[in-house]
Amino acid sequence: MNVPTMAEFMAEGKQPEVLFWVGCAGSFDDRAKKITKAFVKILQKAKVDFAVLGTEEGCSGDPAKRAGNEFLFQMQAMTNIEVMNGYGIKKVVTTCPHCFNTLKNEYPGLGGDYAVMHHTEFLKQLLSEGKITIEGGIYKGKRITFHDPCYLGRANDIYEAPRDLIQKLEVELIEMKRCKRNGLCCGAGGAQMFKEPEKGNKDINVERTEEALDTQSEIIATGCPFCNTMMTDGVKNKNKEATVQVLDVAELIANAQEL
Amino acid sequence: MQYLPNILFALLLFCGIGFFVINVRKLIRNIQLGRKTDRSDQKGQRWRNMARIALGQSKMVRRPIAGVLHIIVYVGFVIINIEVLEIVIDGLFGTHRALSFMGGFYGFLIGFFEVLALLVLIAVIVFWLRRMVVRIPRFWNKEMKGFPKNDALYILYFEMVLMILFLTMNATDVHFQEANSGNVISQFITPWFQGLNPATVHAIERSAWWLHIVGILIFLNYLYYSKHLHILLAFPNTYYAKLTPKGQFDNLASVTAEVEMMLDPAADPYAVTSEEEADGVPEKFGAEDVFDLDRIQLLNAYTCTECGRCTSVCPANITGKELSPRAIMMKTRDRLEEVGKNIDKNGSFVPDGKGLIDTIKPEEIWACTTCNACVEECPVSIDPLSIILAMRRFQVMEKSAAPQELNAMMTNIENNAAPWQYNQLDRLNWKDEE
Repeated sequence: MNVPTMAEFMAEGKQPEVLFWVGCAGSFDDRAKKITKAFVKILQKAKVDFAVLGTEEGCSGDPAKRAGNEFLFQMQAMTNIEVMNGYGIKKVVTTCPHCFNTLKNEYPGLGGDYAVMHHTEFLKQLLSEGKITIEGGIYKGKRITFHDPCYLGRANDIYEAPRDLIQKLEVELIEMKRCKRNGLCCGAGGAQMFKEPEKGNKDINVERTEEALDTQSEIIATGCPFCNTMMTDGVKNKNKEATVQVLDVAELIANAQEL
Repeated sequence: MQYLPNILFALLLFCGIGFFVINVRKLIRNIQLGRKTDRSDQKGQRWRNMARIALGQSKMVRRPIAGVLHIIVYVGFVIINIEVLEIVIDGLFGTHRALSFMGGFYGFLIGFFEVLALLVLIAVIVFWLRRMVVRIPRFWNKEMKGFPKNDALYILYFEMVLMILFLTMNATDVHFQEANSGNVISQFITPWFQGLNPATVHAIERSAWWLHIVGILIFLNYLYYSKHLHILLAFPNTYYAKLTPKGQFDNLASVTAEVEMMLDPAADPYAVTSEEEADGVPEKFGAEDVFDLDRIQLLNAYTCTECGRCTSVCPANITGKELSPRAIMMKTRDRLEEVGKNIDKNGSFVPDGKGLIDTIKPEEIWACTTCNACVEECPVSIDPLSIILAMRRFQVMEKSAAPQELNAMMTNIENNAAPWQYNQLDRLNWKDEE
């Protein structure tokens, strides 16, 4: 795919409209890379003038900060801010709610002030500007439930953007028992993604997957690469991978338009 | 001699309120053991939050049954206190129903109080049933054994007794019943005392009156020792609560200074000293004890009424982990009280070789997913997550005691700017992969 970098833009003396912050999962995790590519396909279809940092991007510092390592977080943040300010970046969109939260809320205090959007907000904006159209396609009539990522929902009060997009797919959106501000975490946040859970009687992702399966949905939609991993593992744990898919909102839209 | 009851009453009132004031001062002193934090911004928003969340109970009613019952008890508690004003006047000046000169309006008021008293009594009985018969799980978590469990019951019993005394007092007040204005509930209790001689009925009325005011003073003074301080502290607590997005964790300014120095090759390593270091006190990162928490966090600990809504929505607790956000608040308060007693005894704090990290264990703080469900749920805007984060910071930055896998993750971020072991130069490879 043709994905321009900020360095390339700079070499041509140009400035893209928006920086797509890919994030570590979106760059390296095989499952999350598919989300990245789906989002890029939509951006290209909508002719959005965007660029990525590529090899100049580094971890936002979210897992370090939430694990209590403020030094490492601020090292990462300041390094990234230096790069982004060097390119004069004003607007950022990201497919990861953790990067979204960190860049939006925690970078300004360290000198990094950008208009940061989660990709579901960005897609909704493209839709309202008429730059993309969303139709049901292969998903028309299917039952879909949406799992709220904590760092999108409770952390930043964004509940409607992903739901509005899903509704456009002409599907039946079924809410889980615990949803929106009462949504149950997938179990990955606060750096839990990178460690074994503490001793307990159940894994959080299994608990959450059971709630999702209770809705009898064929698709569990989410908007976070880490939630995606946790829910996918949960579906496997319940031996439902043949009948239930876990997909990002960007993938749903890209697949429905056969991008 | 005829003034003896008045003198006794004045003395009782003085002691009751005086003792309460002493405890309030102790409470303020203990909260001030925490670090200063600036929440003087956005006053308008803070007042609105207090009005909506504390005064308006907006988060309580998210659980409708408990919410509505709680509003009854809360409104009853606030409004019946107008009656206490009359009791105080009568007690001090030897009058009887001093406010009854208001005539019909007085009848209306007392009638209103009587209805409320009955509703409060019913609500409190339902609360007791929810706890002891329905056994709602959040009242039976393991941190609710012993005193915390009994504490909750004592408060319910107290409220029951106070309401019964209020209604009895009115029912046995012959003049009040004869006036037949405002005795909407008590008139149905009066017949129970028929057949007793007037002196006995009068004695019951006097006893109920005295026990009611003594009970209120005891309750007032029990507050500080109980979980029930929320009836006062919910107001400052909602006022001072965090206003930034829930996902936004504070950036430690002390760290910023050092990181800026590390990243700037031209920096003079001896030039930068943080404020505290300039005072000769070495900077400590994160929280090891209550002194390292901020005053809002300590106020949070005193405000918590142990309802357990936080714990009932905590993903870690739901799946059987050791972490309970309520226990975090209870342990913080217990430790703060322990420190306070140490100061009472010794004049100033004498190190006791203990700290918050001895009661809040690593398996608790490392089970948190930072999902903010507990913060969202708390009806009085307590933030258990901020204490968990402060304690993680201490574990990681002061003790280098992060779980092994997290150390690996952090090493990866340091070495290759990703939590996994991938080369930063491969970050854009996805664009050419199929």
